[in-house]
Amino acid sequence: MTHPEKKLRALIVDDEDLARLALRELIKTRAEIEVVGECGNGFEAVKAVAEHKPDLIFLDVQMPKLTGFDVLELIGTETAVIFVTAYDQYAMRAFDVHAVDYLLKPVGRERFEAALERAKSRIGNKAPSATELAAAARPPQQFLERLVVKDGTRVTLIPVEKLDYAEAQDDYVSLASEGKKHLKQQTIAGLAACLDPKRFVRVHRSYVVNFERVTRIEPYGKDSKLAILRDGTRLPVSRTGYARLKALLEQQA
Amino acid sequence: MHPLLTPFKRFGLYLLAWLPIAAILDYLLAVPGKLGWQDATAITLPLCLVYQFVCLSAWYSCKAAPLQKSTSQRLWLTQVSAAVIVSLLWVACAKSLVLALASFPAFRGLDDRFSSQVPIIFGAGFLLYLLSVALHYVLLAVEDSRKAEARVLETSVLARDAELRALKAQVNPHFLFNSLNSISALTSVDPEKAREMCILLADFLRMTLGLGEKTSVPLSEELSLVDRYLAIEKVRFGTRLQMEEHIEEATKALQLPPLILQPLVENAITHGIANLSGGGFIRVSSAAENGRMLLAVENSFDPESTPTRKGGLGLRNVRQRLETLYGDSANLHVSAENEKFRVELSLPANTAEVRRV
Repeated sequence: MTHPEKKLRALIVDDEDLARLALRELIKTRAEIEVVGECGNGFEAVKAVAEHKPDLIFLDVQMPKLTGFDVLELIGTETAVIFVTAYDQYAMRAFDVHAVDYLLKPVGRERFEAALERAKSRIGNKAPSATELAAAARPPQQFLERLVVKDGTRVTLIPVEKLDYAEAQDDYVSLASEGKKHLKQQTIAGLAACLDPKRFVRVHRSYVVNFERVTRIEPYGKDSKLAILRDGTRLPVSRTGYARLKALLEQQA
Repeated sequence: MHPLLTPFKRFGLYLLAWLPIAAILDYLLAVPGKLGWQDATAITLPLCLVYQFVCLSAWYSCKAAPLQKSTSQRLWLTQVSAAVIVSLLWVACAKSLVLALASFPAFRGLDDRFSSQVPIIFGAGFLLYLLSVALHYVLLAVEDSRKAEARVLETSVLARDAELRALKAQVNPHFLFNSLNSISALTSVDPEKAREMCILLADFLRMTLGLGEKTSVPLSEELSLVDRYLAIEKVRFGTRLQMEEHIEEATKALQLPPLILQPLVENAITHGIANLSGGGFIRVSSAAENGRMLLAVENSFDPESTPTRKGGLGLRNVRQRLETLYGDSANLHVSAENEKFRVELSLPANTAEVRRV
């Protein structure tokens, strides 16, 4: 049996030069991996993944603008990811729960090799849902501050205060913000769970609305109502949705 | 110590309060008791003189039956029986006094005329003693509440001390682990630099620990900590970090609480530079003006990046510490515009140690 094993193609993502250097040094000692690229930020990483289709990514968690979790959310779960972090109590708990491997900086050789073995055995198997992982890594009682959306290799960040409403479309949600719509692969229930219930209301089975944008509610048909937003958009409001709106209104009064 | 005896003024007031009591008793014996003013006064004065001291003993019965801890049954039983005993003693006292007086010609036959007045003496003694009991209970309650107040004050001072200590001595774990990671990376490519960084980090940690013990340091000392901190971060961020310092010579000797400036610089790194992929600058400056020391930390930041809740924990800690240490005489001003974040700090310019307000 001498057929040469196919080399593992790895991507290193970290915003610090020295941190990338440290990983490169470790990887160099293993013949079965080759580094196909290095990225200094999340945007580059999303692009590089599309371009190189690596088997394995060493992904730093704390990076400017796009964090490691954002990157994972955007690239999907096809690629095996080993997170690398200096210190992040919530993130570490998330890794434990979801069994994705992680390395703590500075990374020791033994720990590195163990993570590598684990990743190799997992390549090809689907990893846990990225959004689920990101949700678990959020500190308790804290809601999303911004949403990340990928359109091809373009990444858009939408701060939640700029989100007008979200509409369910099969496995996707359509996010309306500043007159544009962005598609994101997520369920509306999953999205609603990540948003601050004091600012966003699930007014209908298919709609979550930014409470600030609602100017008035009009009756529509027998059992349902319409929410009129500042820009004139009309969204259906179900009976339970109306009750939620009313409860929030009373809370804020 | 007996609460009525200690402050001398209070004891004087107590004695004064007995004057009208003696007058009333005198009147009761003289007019309705038909003893006449001379006889009545001769009996009342010495009796009241003695009894005002006897009534002080209510303190002991009050202590024996504290208001909060005794059942009302026990309370009444203790105090009423004490009052009865004390009054009976008083009556006995009065009787022997009258007997003694009767031996003088001026008071001949007083003992016979007095015997009908015994119930008045007993009643007065009984009521006066109970009055004294009430007074003592009030005094004890006042004393208790004053003690409780002092205790609360003491605990709050202790809590504030602990809080100050906790706010000061915090080495950010992110900083620590990231620095160790940089050192680990440097060991293979640039051992000399790795050693240098080890020493910087050791110095920084040592200084942080040392400063945490002090209540006040000269600005120059705080600045040397800041310099070490920035030197370490410079290794980590490389060209992404540019820094400048504008320190007025005259401010170097001015005192400030330790670890006030360093957290602001750390804030500038974690919420400013670390969020900029292209990097940015940090500018630390100091000036002395009109008896005040003005410190400023400026840094570039990305207004689009995740809003990190008004500068984060570091800034909040500094603000809280300044409030505790200076009250209104220090202020911290934060502004963010044109991708520039600026924290200004104004403190009284002291060359002597900073004292707590």
